[in-house]
Order: sequence, then C-alpha cells, then structure tokens
Amino acid sequence: MIIRGRTLHPGTATGTPIRLTAPLSFWGGTDNEGRIVDAHHPQCGALLTGRILLMESGRGSSSASSVLAEQIRARTAPAAIILSRPDPIIPLGALIAAELYGLNFPVVVAPYDAIPTDALVQVTDGTITW
Amino acid sequence: MPTLHLTADEEAMLGGRDGGGVALAMRVIVGQARISDAPRLVEITSAHVDSCLYHGQVSLDFAHRLVDLGARVRVPTTLNVGSTDLIHPGLVRDHELAAAGRELMAAYVDLGCTPTFTCAPYQLPNRPALGEHIAWAESNAIVFANSVLGARTDRYGDFLDVCAAITGRAPYAGLQTPEARQGTVVFDCRPLGEFTDLVYPLLGHHIGSVVGAEIPVLLGIPADVGEDDLKALGAAAASAGGVALFHAVGVTPEAPTAIGGLPVRVVDLETLQRVRRELSSVASELDAVSIGTPHASYAECVRLSELVVGPPLKLPFYLSTGRATRERLAENGVLQVLEAAGVTVVVDTCTYVTAILSPTWKYVMTNSGKWAHYAPGNINVSAILGSLTECVASARAGHVVLDA
Repeated sequence: MIIRGRTLHPGTATGTPIRLTAPLSFWGGTDNEGRIVDAHHPQCGALLTGRILLMESGRGSSSASSVLAEQIRARTAPAAIILSRPDPIIPLGALIAAELYGLNFPVVVAPYDAIPTDALVQVTDGTITW
Repeated sequence: MPTLHLTADEEAMLGGRDGGGVALAMRVIVGQARISDAPRLVEITSAHVDSCLYHGQVSLDFAHRLVDLGARVRVPTTLNVGSTDLIHPGLVRDHELAAAGRELMAAYVDLGCTPTFTCAPYQLPNRPALGEHIAWAESNAIVFANSVLGARTDRYGDFLDVCAAITGRAPYAGLQTPEARQGTVVFDCRPLGEFTDLVYPLLGHHIGSVVGAEIPVLLGIPADVGEDDLKALGAAAASAGGVALFHAVGVTPEAPTAIGGLPVRVVDLETLQRVRRELSSVASELDAVSIGTPHASYAECVRLSELVVGPPLKLPFYLSTGRATRERLAENGVLQVLEAAGVTVVVDTCTYVTAILSPTWKYVMTNSGKWAHYAPGNINVSAILGSLTECVASARAGHVVLDA
C-alpha cells in the first residue's frame, strides 16, 4: 500500500508505527530517552524511539522543537513523524538537526488512519509504503 | 499552495550578503514560511527568545554556530528563562546543567539579546502595541501578547525565535494575519458567578483541553479583571492545549462585540471542580510550595509579602520572578520582607524547568495551572493546586490546607 502526503521535512526511515491517541508536546511530554512522561497522556510510559510516530499535531510548548532536535542528535527520536495536520514546531526541530548534523528526519502530513500499526512502514520524503 | 515571495533584501540575506549567520537564520525562516503556506515574510518590531533554555547539546551547538558565523539580532530581543539562576547560582543542584545553562544564556547575550531571563516579557517596559507584528516564543508570552496586548505573533518554536530576531522577519502566516485571529467558539463563563483567583488557571486549563485548533471567545470574564489573572488563564490554556490567542468580551482589545452564529460551550462550577480534581493530587502531606509560574509580577510579589507576615512558614516556599521585578522589590524593601519570612526568591529560571526542588519531595503546592500541568512530568512531583492564600496557609500549617 502507498500513501502520498506532504513533505514538511525530507528524509527516509523504516519502522513500526505507534499511533498517539491524544496530542503530545515533546517538551514536558517526552524525556531524552524518547519515552512519553506526560502523566496526563493516555500512553504515558510508551517508548517512541525508532517508531513511525502517527500523531494529529504537536501541542503546547515552544520548546518541543529543541527536544525533538536533541533526540534526533542523540538517536533517541522516533524514526519519522506523520501528522494529520501541519504543525510548524515539529519540522523546525528536524530542520535544525539537518543544518547542524546533516541528519534527515522525515516529517510528513498524511491521512494516516489506513496505516496498520503492526506492519513495517517505510517513509521516503512524502511517500509512505507498507 | 501560494508561492513564497521574498523581497530583494530578503533574497540577499538568504544568499549570504549579511554573512553566514543571517543566511542560516533566513533558511530557517523561509523553511517555516513554506510549511506555513506564507505568501511573504513580515517585518517584526521585537522578538522574545525561548531558545536560551537548555535542552541538551543541540541548544549549545545551535547558539554557538550562530555566534561563530557572526550573527547579531536586528530588533530588540528579550530572553526567556534559562536553566540556571545567575543571581543565586547555588540554587540549582545539578552543576552540570547549571554550567551548560549558563554557557547557553551567555551565548544568546553574545548574539545581542537583552539579558531579561523572564517568561513574562509583557511585565517589562516597551511592550508591543495593538497590531504590531512581533516574533515571540514561550507559549504563555505568545498567548498574552496576542490576546491581552493585541500584538501579532504566531506560535514559534525554539530556533525560529532567534532566527526571526536575526533577520527581523517572520513568516506572514497564522496569527500574523487578521483573518486567522477571529474567534471561532464561545465559552460562556457567566454561570461561574464570582471569579476567585483560582478560577482563571482552572478555566484556562479547561479551555486548552477542549478547544483544539479553535480560537476561544470568553463571555462573562469580569470587566475589571487584572493582567495577572489573564496571565494565569492564558498560561494554563497554552500548556493544556495549543491556545495562542483568546478573546474576552469586554476585556481584550480584539474581542468581538457580536458573537451570533458561533458555537457555544457553557462552563459551570462543576466543570472547574472536575478540572481541579484532574490537575491536583488529593493529599494532605506537603513538602514545599512553589508559585510564580509564569513569573510573578511586582503586584503579586507585594501581595505575597503581605500574606507571609505573621506566623512562620514551616515548609520551603519558592517564588519565581524576573530579575527586573526582583530589583524593584529590593529597592522598595519588599524583597527583604519576603526573604525574612523564609521565601526563596528564584530569578532567571523557574522551579519546574531545572533542578531546584529537592528530589526527595513528593507533594508540592502551587497556584499555577501551568506548573501543575508540567511539574509531574518534568521534576517527578505530585502537584496540589490552590489559591495564593491556600498556598501560604498550607506552608504555615505544614500540610495542605484548602478553603473549601
């Protein structure tokens, strides 16, 4: 199956998806190891590292771009993020990681409801295949 | 999707005319403008930079890259809180974090930013006026500037804030444009009756939790509401959700006079009681109190100084404020009253973004919806939300004391 979305930041990644059931701010919501630590989040405790993260949009803090960029640098970030509506703060973290470290972390806007969470999913810029 | 149009001046900045630092900053601004479908950039009159809070090596790498490339801000730029208190350096327990935090704060001063180190830049002089285009980061500052001052800023993430300051430009998109600033859903708060000070953070948290991407219009906010209450409301709304602008009818400058046709949600006391149960732990045990999130205003500090005179506080009591406010408190003898009562005054940072509170403390009381939202995840405490008088009464009693 193939879905074509809008590339907010280019890059390639492969991983198994994790679908968030509520919006998440990376700052205050995840730790440097890539785990959800927001006590109010229904998936608190879940590890996002290496997963294809499916989330509606970012939330709250302006620091989310820093936290994501640091996770990309430290290799604890998700493998890619697929959003259902554009959010400038998430791709900003990806852009800075590319500028500073040459690491290309894909951020895509796509209708992701059809993506199964038990399949291996590949993201190549705006193209999502499984 | 519109094509982004750049002026000749902006093209030249992008092409490196003003050096590598400006070119890097312009690549970031242009990248964000494309993501936001902006048709052009807009000149800004001020910036507030949140990137000076340390989030790991990337924070330093980015700031040092800009310094090394010779970048300087070209509009008046204030700085948000950092990871350490430069005036009371002994307060931060984690010395590695404090050292990195200090290095980062210094790098932003090197870029030409003013060392204000406050999350409440709207408490400083020269604040932006109605209709001014600005680039402010820090979610509570964004919502205050847009809603209460009527200045125009979109939600900007870290890195973009300083890039806007360096280029003097922001994407002309989102809340920079008048069409995006219209209220879209009404919260009818009239059933709340009398507004005690705790209503504001609870109401803010509720609105943030349910509003999604809509722009809330609040009906029933008292016409004489103060800026400190609007600060508490906005900060809670911006941390519980992505609220960057609200309108309060009869209060804020861009609030609509007619709200016919908009969907209406009613907020009653039961709603706020539920929010309080969500945000606040049920505990009698208490280890400390922390207030001043966002930074306490001068008036809030004076009010606290009046409340703490009397029987001694049994528990550690922290007050976070800006260094400019602290200076004014010292000049007027208020700081001395607070410190004599055992209040620890924290500046340049905040108790929930760095390692100030003891790691053995489990229950901490606050009057801030924002603190109650973030502290459990950030510093592993259970938060108890109370009014300022409840916070002081609890610190005196040594356990949680609530009025009702």
